Amino acid sequence: MIEGILIGLQTALSFKNLMMVIIGCFSGTIIGMLPGLGPMTAIALMIPITYGFDPSTGLILMAGVYYGAVFGGSTSSILINAPGVPGTVATSFDGYPMAQQGKAGKALAIAAYSSFAGGTISAIFLLIAAPSLSLVSLSFRSPDYFGLMILGLTAVAAFSSKGNFLKAMMMVVLGLMLASVGQDTLSDIPRFTFDNMNLSDGISFVLVVMATFAMSEALTIIFKANDPTKAAKQISLSQLGSIKLDKDETKKMVTTIPRSSVLGFIIGVLPGAGATIASFLAYGMERNFVNDEEKQKFGKGSVNGIAAPETANNAACSGSFVPLLTLGIPGSGTTAVMLGALLGFGIQPGPRLYQTNPEIFWSVIMSMYIGMVVLLILNLPLIPYIARVLATPRTFLIPLILFFSLTGVYLMSFNNFDIYMMIGIAVVATILRLYDFPMPPLILAFVLGGLMEENLRRSLLISDGSWSFMWDRPLTIVIMLTIIFIVGWQIYKSFVKKKL
Amino acid sequence: MKISPSKLISLLFFIFSGYYLYTAYQIQVFAFDENAPFNAKTFPIYLGFAGLVFSALYIILPEANPTNVDLKVLDYKKTIGLTILMILYGLTILTVGYFLSTSIFLVASYIILGERKWIWIFILSFPFVAIFMYLLHGLLNIYLRDPFLKYIGIMG
Repeated sequence: MIEGILIGLQTALSFKNLMMVIIGCFSGTIIGMLPGLGPMTAIALMIPITYGFDPSTGLILMAGVYYGAVFGGSTSSILINAPGVPGTVATSFDGYPMAQQGKAGKALAIAAYSSFAGGTISAIFLLIAAPSLSLVSLSFRSPDYFGLMILGLTAVAAFSSKGNFLKAMMMVVLGLMLASVGQDTLSDIPRFTFDNMNLSDGISFVLVVMATFAMSEALTIIFKANDPTKAAKQISLSQLGSIKLDKDETKKMVTTIPRSSVLGFIIGVLPGAGATIASFLAYGMERNFVNDEEKQKFGKGSVNGIAAPETANNAACSGSFVPLLTLGIPGSGTTAVMLGALLGFGIQPGPRLYQTNPEIFWSVIMSMYIGMVVLLILNLPLIPYIARVLATPRTFLIPLILFFSLTGVYLMSFNNFDIYMMIGIAVVATILRLYDFPMPPLILAFVLGGLMEENLRRSLLISDGSWSFMWDRPLTIVIMLTIIFIVGWQIYKSFVKKKL
Repeated sequence: MKISPSKLISLLFFIFSGYYLYTAYQIQVFAFDENAPFNAKTFPIYLGFAGLVFSALYIILPEANPTNVDLKVLDYKKTIGLTILMILYGLTILTVGYFLSTSIFLVASYIILGERKWIWIFILSFPFVAIFMYLLHGLLNIYLRDPFLKYIGIMG
């Protein structure tokens, strides 16, 4: 193994490859900041360029772009509440409120440090446990995935409901309903399309997330511009704040990062789970770990609330390479694109890659890690400049947010039907937000809807229509009991505790 | 009897869920799939029922934390103005083209929100969109349809 690591390091540290990492990180950050263009698009855009290089250089460039785009996505989540990719939605829960308090620099620095730490810890896990972890990932069956998704949804509904679990659950159902629009994945039967061709492919994630987060946030700010209570909360956006963290903040991060890394990496290893579930679960888990005083800060700019999802999504990014490199199964959309690139280079990832092409295996892992180091060195000095976005007067910032949202959706489909649908969803979301119907459960449900249906379908078909799959295996029982506990606790909190 | 806005929204969601459930039952599945343990309409049917249950519970049960919004302080004029502007943007983007419709959308939005610094309004509209378009079209090779620029001979 040591020999493999040294070969990987030697390849990754050559002048040409280091330059590729720097270019990749920088261009990835810029692309990731543009709503609608996430890591998957960024890597896809790089594939034609990389075919001119040798496999290692090409993969190193892609690794740099990957991490750059993930960091860029977090930046737009924190600064303008516009998460371009599902994995950074949870970052916006506390990142955006912190930026609104005039601490945008600090929020970006926490995100950068957490991403780096999460990536580092998971890279170590990857080095040590990659081959054996592939066996663990294979032990998860469809019922476990289905349970894991319900767990994620109930956890998000619980922490974002602000004491109103039923409102959050209605949003979960609405998100799943939106995800069900379009052709059925297995039979291709159109559902809820009303004979409209524009709906046959379903509603895109970028459309829903931009409408419910960026666009409705912009409309809410304008809607409540004269509200004295709201105006008092929105402290001058010209305050950028320092990027330095004090002792207390560092202490909070030191406790959050290890547990979120472990969780993120494990979730990342499971094929199909990926960075989104990891970041939401880490956010929910962190909220349960902290004390009551810190719990109150969640959703209002908590340090733990930014560090946990950022650590977990980066750890999951590394974790998702385990099924790719050891089993040849891409664990996420991004690794699916990477698989395409690897196949283009004539490399077949799978159980034999570790034995037959150790230099490729290790240079991918090493280049990923070097990419993160470069990203930290490159982006930390740039944070004060990036954060200046918030100093833009509101009269300019809001139209620009609307512009990026509309352009992001237009770039996906090049038709105006999506623009109208986005405006409609944004208007509904603005009214719902006004009456404290939370949007995060809707988004997570929308992202997980397809996977959830797929796993329920498999589970029911295997058990011949019986719901016994929910208690047939110990792992499923544990997940289901956790769900029952969360739901029970929420009901207890809402009704019983109030009466006492 | 006075109904709270949150309960009214839940009532609308109840009606919506009922309609969703009705539409779910109308989904045409293949004949051989009709009695299968899972087909294209199974999951939507569960969702329809879940929507009915959660919204009914919210309507029936007492509200834990009622949300009070002062409707008098909300700025309807600017919000509706921006929404109409976005609809107009959607109407013009394909016929007029990306560059002109986006630039005009930005100029109009700045003005609706009360901005009067004309130099900045100009810089952050036409040149800004041109640079953004160059980034997408020129550098990232993302095709942007623009009949106007094509007509004046700037774009091929």
